Amino acid sequence: MANLLANIFGKSPVKPLEQHVGIAYRCTKQLNGFFRAASAGKWDRAAEIRDAISALEHEADDLKKEIRMHLPKSLFMPVPRQDLLELLLVQDKMANRTKDVSGLVMGRKLQIPKPIAKDFLTFVSRNVDAAKQARKSVRELDELFVTGFRGAEVTMVESLIDELDRIETETDDLQADLRGSLFEIEDTLDPVTVMFLYQVIELTGEIADMAERVGRRLELLLSH
Amino acid sequence: MEAEIVYVVLAAIFGVFMAGGIGANDVANAMATSVGAKALTIKQAIFVAAIFEFLGAVLAGGEVTSTIRKGIIDASLLSGTPETLIYGMLAALLAAGTWLLIASRNGWPVSTTHSIVGAIVGFAAVGVGIDAVHWGKVGTIVMSWVVSPLIAGFIAYLVFASVQVLILRQEDPLARAKRYVPVYIFLAAFTITLMTILKGLKHVGLTISIANAYLLATLIAVAISLIGAFAIRRIKPDPKLEKRQHFYTVERVFAVLMIVTACSMAFAHGSNDVANAIGPLAAVISIAQTGVVGAKSAIPIWVLALGGGGIVIGLATYGRRVIATVGHKITQLTPSRGFAAELAAATTIVIASGTGIPISTTHTLVGAVLGVGLARGIEAIDLRVVGRIFVSWIVTIPAGAFLAILFFYVFKATLP
Repeated sequence: MANLLANIFGKSPVKPLEQHVGIAYRCTKQLNGFFRAASAGKWDRAAEIRDAISALEHEADDLKKEIRMHLPKSLFMPVPRQDLLELLLVQDKMANRTKDVSGLVMGRKLQIPKPIAKDFLTFVSRNVDAAKQARKSVRELDELFVTGFRGAEVTMVESLIDELDRIETETDDLQADLRGSLFEIEDTLDPVTVMFLYQVIELTGEIADMAERVGRRLELLLSH
Repeated sequence: MEAEIVYVVLAAIFGVFMAGGIGANDVANAMATSVGAKALTIKQAIFVAAIFEFLGAVLAGGEVTSTIRKGIIDASLLSGTPETLIYGMLAALLAAGTWLLIASRNGWPVSTTHSIVGAIVGFAAVGVGIDAVHWGKVGTIVMSWVVSPLIAGFIAYLVFASVQVLILRQEDPLARAKRYVPVYIFLAAFTITLMTILKGLKHVGLTISIANAYLLATLIAVAISLIGAFAIRRIKPDPKLEKRQHFYTVERVFAVLMIVTACSMAFAHGSNDVANAIGPLAAVISIAQTGVVGAKSAIPIWVLALGGGGIVIGLATYGRRVIATVGHKITQLTPSRGFAAELAAATTIVIASGTGIPISTTHTLVGAVLGVGLARGIEAIDLRVVGRIFVSWIVTIPAGAFLAILFFYVFKATLP
């Protein structure tokens, strides 16, 4: 039996959005282990983690579709539907980039050269930190909704986003350093490998970029 | 004389049937708000509803019952043929009950109030004559159906906006909640008690002066507020759960408040909706006893009690399932939001009850929920469903009327 009072509430996108960013973060987090295995040449282990990444990316994708499906235009929400959909999209891209970069490394069994391995792992883990900070910020959505996007909660979320920006800037610096280090040793490496290494660095860095865009989207919600 | 007993027994059966339907649907809807917000368990909700529906019906249900019983129809036209009114009231009860059954089977959101008023107007206009309807009064009632959700929405907006400003947007929401929630408890208790004392008690034979009424309402409200404050003081923050959900403990404070507003809601509902089942029954009994149409006899308490009892039976049997379904689906309505909706709806309904206007509790509650939504408090409201409710408002009245006319002619042909 359909019930009037039960159906007047649309399926709230808030909890699912928080869930989605959680999955996306868990997906990116796998990269730490993945690159540790890859730089040590443990390809069996790397393949296992790559499968886990694929599965999580898939899960995020499914949830994304589910959220979109339950967000019809007839919903009356305190923030524009479009802004929520775009937030969802950039959250999803964190997982996408993770899958792309792990696929690239796995497909060529691309080993990270010893001289830059340590710096590279630090770079990866800071990108993962950015995704984690993005998750922390998005998890404030339900509180933001109940306060009507005003007051102390907003200040709090703003400070979370500031921190997210700081982490992202840090990854940018690390990325520049890493490129410099790679440039210095590139003569000792196979040229094709070098090309792909640059691409891996680029793609990994995009995880933090996407995390930062999650912050931008949240900020847009705050300004309503 | 035997015919009169048949009428009264039939009316009582139909009346209890209708009251059961109200309990299973309307009351269940009203209580589900508190269950969904986890302020009450299903068992506690049924317990609270049983007590306060009953109290509302007996203490404050008199005015609306009078309206249904004799406010809609100009009974003077029927003084020569009292049985016409009996057939009509029986037909109206059965029509409204049947329509509610059809509607809930198909999942259409309809209002018990709209169906009974539509049914009475229908049989009177067609079975007796256009002039037999107090169109002015009916106009007022129909207007109130538009106005009551608006008023409830407006109050809910103000209440929830005040909660946001005073508590939720502050640096220390928990300390603020502990300070202000007892004030809201006072407001809820004061409004309901005052309206009851001013408007309701004269039906049970008590008269209290206005000054004393205010004093008494204040005393009762202060007492309830103190009990609430005591319960709130015992709530300790849970850092583990709060880490994930900052308002976890704050919502638990509001849950205490919501117990009070749930009682108010049940009381308000009893005071207004019990009349839908009992008004026609009261009319039949009055005619059967006196043989005269529109006699100035008071409504017997046992009739109000019968209605209250029917509601409780319907709630405890079928209403359980409705509460579980609805409560499960409306988790967006946390205690801080749910109480605002309930307080606004209960206040609006009790005021309507005091003035004898039958309004739809469910629609009033929907208006209140929309009000909280307008304060940007609710994550997502489906406007399509709101649109369907508007359509059901319009469809229910002619549907109730049509069925009532049908049953009226059937009764006229078959009953002694």
